[in-house]
Amino acid sequence: MTASIDFDASAVRARCKRYRRRILDISQTVGALHIAPSFSCLELVATAYFGLMNRTGDPETEDTFILSKGHGSLAQFVALEELGVIPREWLENYCKPGFPLATHPDYGTPGVAASTGSLGHGLGLAVGMAYADKLHGKGRDIFLVMSDGELQEGSVWEALMTAPSLGISRIVAMVDLNDFQSLGQTSKTLPNFYPMLDKLHAFGWESVEVDGHDPQAIHDAVRARSGKKPFVLLGRTVKGKGVSFMENVPIWHYRSPNAQEYKIAVEQVEAGSL
Amino acid sequence: MRNAFANAFYEMAKDDPRICLVVADITAAAGVASFQQESPERFINVGVAEQMMVGLSAGLALRGCIPFAYTIATFTIYRPFEQVRVDCCYQNLPVKLVGVGGGVNYSTLGGTHHAQEDVALMSAIPNMTVLAPCDPAEAAECTKASVQHISGPVYLRLGKAGEPDLTSGAPDPFHLGKIRHIRAGADVCFLTYGPIAKMAVDVASRLEGEKGVSAAVVSVHSLKPLDVEGIAGVLSQYKVVVVLEEHSPLGGLGPQVKAIAWDSGARCRLLTYALRDEFIHVYGSHADLLRAHGLDPDLIFEAVAASVSPVG
Repeated sequence: MTASIDFDASAVRARCKRYRRRILDISQTVGALHIAPSFSCLELVATAYFGLMNRTGDPETEDTFILSKGHGSLAQFVALEELGVIPREWLENYCKPGFPLATHPDYGTPGVAASTGSLGHGLGLAVGMAYADKLHGKGRDIFLVMSDGELQEGSVWEALMTAPSLGISRIVAMVDLNDFQSLGQTSKTLPNFYPMLDKLHAFGWESVEVDGHDPQAIHDAVRARSGKKPFVLLGRTVKGKGVSFMENVPIWHYRSPNAQEYKIAVEQVEAGSL
Repeated sequence: MRNAFANAFYEMAKDDPRICLVVADITAAAGVASFQQESPERFINVGVAEQMMVGLSAGLALRGCIPFAYTIATFTIYRPFEQVRVDCCYQNLPVKLVGVGGGVNYSTLGGTHHAQEDVALMSAIPNMTVLAPCDPAEAAECTKASVQHISGPVYLRLGKAGEPDLTSGAPDPFHLGKIRHIRAGADVCFLTYGPIAKMAVDVASRLEGEKGVSAAVVSVHSLKPLDVEGIAGVLSQYKVVVVLEEHSPLGGLGPQVKAIAWDSGARCRLLTYALRDEFIHVYGSHADLLRAHGLDPDLIFEAVAASVSPVG
């Protein structure tokens, strides 16, 4: 894979700032939403859509995106909104009756390639899709964004074992390695979870670890893959990235900020100090 | 039944490049072996990884394939239950889940290999179609119908091997979604599905030979969607209706027939026979296990005979 010269990391950064602001605005219309898990994977999602994926507009040929950590759906929805795949009105009415967008992406929604929400399903689906693409001679990639907590599901390891065994190479799984799950720190809940890189190599995947909030690093690492094996990008991230009081505080997995918190959060995101 | 499935599968798959077979470390037999040889790229063995088997199948279906996921019934649907529910049914994909040894067919393998609540579980999931053929020919019909007439997910509950022919002289042809008389009769009607239909046919023959009771047998191969109208017709037509199923008494055919009887104001006698709501710790032949749960042809014969007024 060759490095692309036209990737504009600063545009992705600017985009992610707008996305954080947009998600904070949506947070004021609902009682609860997954802000922190969306914030941690925004650069991964945005770099995939606006730097890595081949987007032809034709579902038969373009690259596929699956948000396997479905609870981060806002991160995908804001990107689909910018791309014009979903109308603005839909996010204005997030989680409201009569509108199709809610906490987890549903198959059938424009831009959503598979229903996710229960962790550990996306990679298995991707293996099947990649196998079919191989069968049909379609040269396209399947991008996934997964959570680190998700890697605790046995089904993920079945898929990690199977993909290289079936000769599948066109999966790019980006892991949002924020070291947090709903109840606390992954490294404390399951100390043997780390080191992850060695486990992935042992299962036959090409894998590198980068700063998951650095669009340039994400982009370059994915572009530099050999293409001979399926690929995992481990992106070190901060849960709640961009808002000081949300960063690495488990309650923000699901909580919506109140008016005062919202104001501070918007200021911090706009200042872009984090 | 296994081979009838395999041959029907082969006949379709050789002409339809959408069809794939995904297995979890299970031997390929009959037509499946030919398929594996001729189309190795469409035969995928994932090893002992059933979540992968079903998840991968759903991924294939998302790309336009029609995959059959095939292993022993308990492993086809219990281990990967959430992949069945979410990946296949929630997304309404054409994944055909084939369970070999439905019921307690794998008698001596013990409770880990007994699928005695599979119909209840699969019927409860929206979008799922549940098919349970009674003999090899009907297994072939169900296999073909699952591709030709059902655009969504299917659970195909098969027996094992060596099931006798019950349908070559059947009064009714096979129609997906319709009950099917496989033996004609006037006084009593057995509603049954799967390989235990053989027991119903045997008891019906004895009733006729020894008691002069004319007994019909109906194969309810399509358990979901269920032919409610057809079953209501049976309940109004016969004096005695007997449900015989190799399944838990909860969530199978018996409770649904009772519900239809109530809704349709049926006046017949209605007897239901099912496995007990217990795991089976008896070892022996398939018949030994059924008998241990009261599915004993002699007992059923006596009970049905006693419930019918003497004829002639």
